[in-house]
Amino acid sequence: MSAPVLSRHIAAVAIGASAGGVEALSQLLTALPRGFPAAVFIVLHLSRERPSMLAELFQARCALPVREAADKEPIQAGTVYLAPPDYHLLVDAGPQLALSVDEPVQYSRPSIDVLFETAADEYGDRLLGIVLTGGNDDGARGLVAIRAAGGLGAVQDPATALVPAMPLAAQSAATPEYVLSLDGLAALLRSLASPVSASPAAERPR
Amino acid sequence: MPHRNFDIELQLLIDAIYLKYHYDFRGYAQASLKRRLTTAMSRFGCRTLSQLQDRVLHDPAVFQPLLDYLTVQVSDLFRDPAYFLALREKVVPLLRTYPSLRIWVAGCSTGEEVYSLAILLREEGLLERSLIYATDINAQALQMAQAGVYDIERLPGFTENHRRSGGRSSLSDYYSAAYGKAVFDKSLRKQIVFSDHSLATDSVFAEVQLVSCRNVLIYFNRELQDRALGLFREALCRKGFLGIGAKESLRFSSHAEAFADYALADRIYQKKDLP
Repeated sequence: MSAPVLSRHIAAVAIGASAGGVEALSQLLTALPRGFPAAVFIVLHLSRERPSMLAELFQARCALPVREAADKEPIQAGTVYLAPPDYHLLVDAGPQLALSVDEPVQYSRPSIDVLFETAADEYGDRLLGIVLTGGNDDGARGLVAIRAAGGLGAVQDPATALVPAMPLAAQSAATPEYVLSLDGLAALLRSLASPVSASPAAERPR
Repeated sequence: MPHRNFDIELQLLIDAIYLKYHYDFRGYAQASLKRRLTTAMSRFGCRTLSQLQDRVLHDPAVFQPLLDYLTVQVSDLFRDPAYFLALREKVVPLLRTYPSLRIWVAGCSTGEEVYSLAILLREEGLLERSLIYATDINAQALQMAQAGVYDIERLPGFTENHRRSGGRSSLSDYYSAAYGKAVFDKSLRKQIVFSDHSLATDSVFAEVQLVSCRNVLIYFNRELQDRALGLFREALCRKGFLGIGAKESLRFSSHAEAFADYALADRIYQKKDLP
């Protein structure tokens, strides 16, 4: 694995997580500095019956504004958008956010693949996709789409994930540029904020 | 990136469907449309949207299944029970003051929302003086809505939703089960008119006290959303009610100022009494 090359402009970061995702995301969001230059989209699988307090939960740990995505909302850099429970989150031309109640994809709504594929379509090589801990293979097809569109892929190192199946599936399907611990992913994200000071030492090559 | 093949082909296909079949998808939100068409492409064994366009132009039998991909929305009875609870507790007391009621369920697809409202009105003693207009662009979905037949496996979920919506009776009073299906009561249907109507191309057909249009606007772009909301505004009587989906909003619409928040958490708005 090579050291991170983030000289290119990344306009958006799309993150997918499932089982164990609340803790993993808390850790990553804490790392995002004020003035972060990219928009951040998050799909986290949750039981759809439970009302989501995630935006409040993550907001307490994050310097950036964190909110539940609204349909037709224009996308702003430096803002974290969460998929609402039981809706797919899509990126539409504009760029703006879109929601849908289309059928669950691989039993999931929101679906990581749907977010990743639509974000790849809009952002092309200005997108970074990250697959975190989880017990299914959602996100694998989406990460392939991101890489096919010229975007960058990262997965949480399965050896360090609470539940390794999801990053493992994404890793083998998409052969992403980065396979990193949460600390490594946090450093990768921080390097987006200040590309020149990106520290290869934060990487853990496998 | 406007010049990619897929985007060009998408535009051509949408125009072809409009010219040939007079269904107007030009105002649909692109991201969902693209995903649905990608699924349709593989279902019809087409490698490109151009191939799909060829099929749909020259073989009208392909159009209906394609229309289903583009329009059919599977919902549940009493989906988002809190919405129906808010209708029951906050809107029904005002609806009661009208000698006769007209209600428009716009984009009713296979009818789940329509039966939910009919049952709610029956429970509140209002159905017999109500007329529900249930409209959609997909004639086949309307036929399914009219039949009122749903898979029996879905009934436990419907029953739980109905209970949480403040249901005053047992849902089983309104259907009979046979051969793995639940058939909803004909007497509910007596008060429902099912009709072909497009929010993209048709105009207002009646004055109504309540419009319920949930999870339809999210599939439209802002211009088409504005057109649809303009129709609702025009159709609604003075101080009439508009219910939309739990994650939909009037915030980005040019008609926002014509509506007042009524039960905002449940996305129920009231048309303002403007001159």
